[in-house]
Amino acid sequence: MSSANESSLALPGDHPFLSRAGVFTRNLIRRGGAIFVFFLLWELAPRLGLADAAFLPPFSEILRTGWKLLANGQLFLHFQASLLRSVGGFAIATVTAIPLGLAIGRYRPFADIVNPLLEAFRNTAPLALLPVFLLIFGIGETSKIALVIYACFWPILLNTITGVLTVDPLLIKSARTMGLTPVQLFRKVILPASAPTIFVGIRVAGAVSVIALVAAEMVGAKSGLGYLIIYSQYNFQIPEMFLGIISITVMGLLISYVLRTSERRLSAWKSQPSE
Amino acid sequence: MPQAGTLDIQHLHKYYTVNGASLNVLENIDLSIQPGEFMAIVGASGCGKSTLLRLIIGLDNEYDGDIFLDGRRIEDTGLDRGIVFQEHRLFPWLTVRGNIETGLLNNTRFSKEEKEASVRAHIELVGLQGFESAYPQQLSGGMSQRVAIARALVNRPEILLLDEPFGALDAFTRHFLQDELLRISSEEGITMVLVTHDIEEAIYLADRVVVMQARPGRIRRVVNIDLPRPRPRNSNAFAHYKDDLLQDFSVGGHPEEILAGNLEQPA
Repeated sequence: MSSANESSLALPGDHPFLSRAGVFTRNLIRRGGAIFVFFLLWELAPRLGLADAAFLPPFSEILRTGWKLLANGQLFLHFQASLLRSVGGFAIATVTAIPLGLAIGRYRPFADIVNPLLEAFRNTAPLALLPVFLLIFGIGETSKIALVIYACFWPILLNTITGVLTVDPLLIKSARTMGLTPVQLFRKVILPASAPTIFVGIRVAGAVSVIALVAAEMVGAKSGLGYLIIYSQYNFQIPEMFLGIISITVMGLLISYVLRTSERRLSAWKSQPSE
Repeated sequence: MPQAGTLDIQHLHKYYTVNGASLNVLENIDLSIQPGEFMAIVGASGCGKSTLLRLIIGLDNEYDGDIFLDGRRIEDTGLDRGIVFQEHRLFPWLTVRGNIETGLLNNTRFSKEEKEASVRAHIELVGLQGFESAYPQQLSGGMSQRVAIARALVNRPEILLLDEPFGALDAFTRHFLQDELLRISSEEGITMVLVTHDIEEAIYLADRVVVMQARPGRIRRVVNIDLPRPRPRNSNAFAHYKDDLLQDFSVGGHPEEILAGNLEQPA
């Protein structure tokens, strides 16, 4: 238990030399410094003539464009369209891939048989299948969401199968000596024991959902951030294009933050200080 | 108080098939363990002592002969038996209390209140008050083993099986937990079967020590330990038992036990 006390010594409030505000500033510089320098270079490079301002407008101009599109509601519209598609597709993939993965993982012989096929599917780049999806589902919402589902499905499915297959057999035997029924064994042992591995797949899927979506929106869409990027580029509205790119980054960060937070909450036992 | 169980092992044989060849792991084991008795089983690696324990707990029901607990033949795991393994095998995602409660999931004998009382009583029994909400990762090896003991006892089983429970602990913790085990044994009054490598541990704890030998795994002899408790480890009588039992393991006497390959599978 001493480790808990030791780690509490390192809390920012207890820092011997810096005040609370000082620590906050230091953390801000440490964590935001690189980003700040990056944007500063972006701002200066076109102004100093190091880059062509027509292709790389100063960062402040992109902010101004962002403010304009934010005010007239366009940015929100595109952001919302993209978010709904990626989160929707991601959610559908999650609720289908996890149960299927759990079922496959429970029957090792079956898992061994289908695994090569699943690996092949996982390694078939979703973007390569985009023309197929467009042929089948047309250029409406369906094809875009279907592509996101496809891209998210495999990492979650394969990680779920792996998670179930790699549950420590000693824990299963230990649970059996306590008389757990097969259903209890599944709910109380196999599910929580495989949860961390499943979550790795979910995090990968979260990142992949954005990639797949942007590509889909660039090919055939009338809204969404991918559409904003490609449309702006066609019309040589370079600040709008960069704004779309930055918005994609923000969306990716947002999704990854939400997943990280929920993962931390679900596996609180893992982040406990250990000896 | 739980009812202490009587364990009757009759003409027990156990074979494994390794690469198509049949391997005799346990041969003609006959053993009767009385209610409340503390029985220790010692023997070199590969003598089948852990296999024997796995059959008693019911994780493996493919054996010839009979194992009876209070007259019922053992064919599956059951709440009338509890086991503590060398590794604590706690569920890392559950707290101390959650782990102990898992032992009660299928207990239909206890009311809700009785279950709560039993969890509380066993946390106290192993001296873990104040650590109910801790996770296994936060506990030392000795504390984890205490949780495992509480979890195995929370159903108030008739018999507690211990498979080298202190083998992975340091000497200080081991001695301390041995005393705890004696106290628990006298407080709970249930039958105990301890498998161990450690002859001193067997003499210190057990009423009777079963010496097993390998190839095939069989009982070599059973030694009564007629010493009052507590048993000072440095007494002459203790040393006498130790010398006696160590002879069964000496290389000159019975090399096969020492040289026997480890054919046991972990339970």
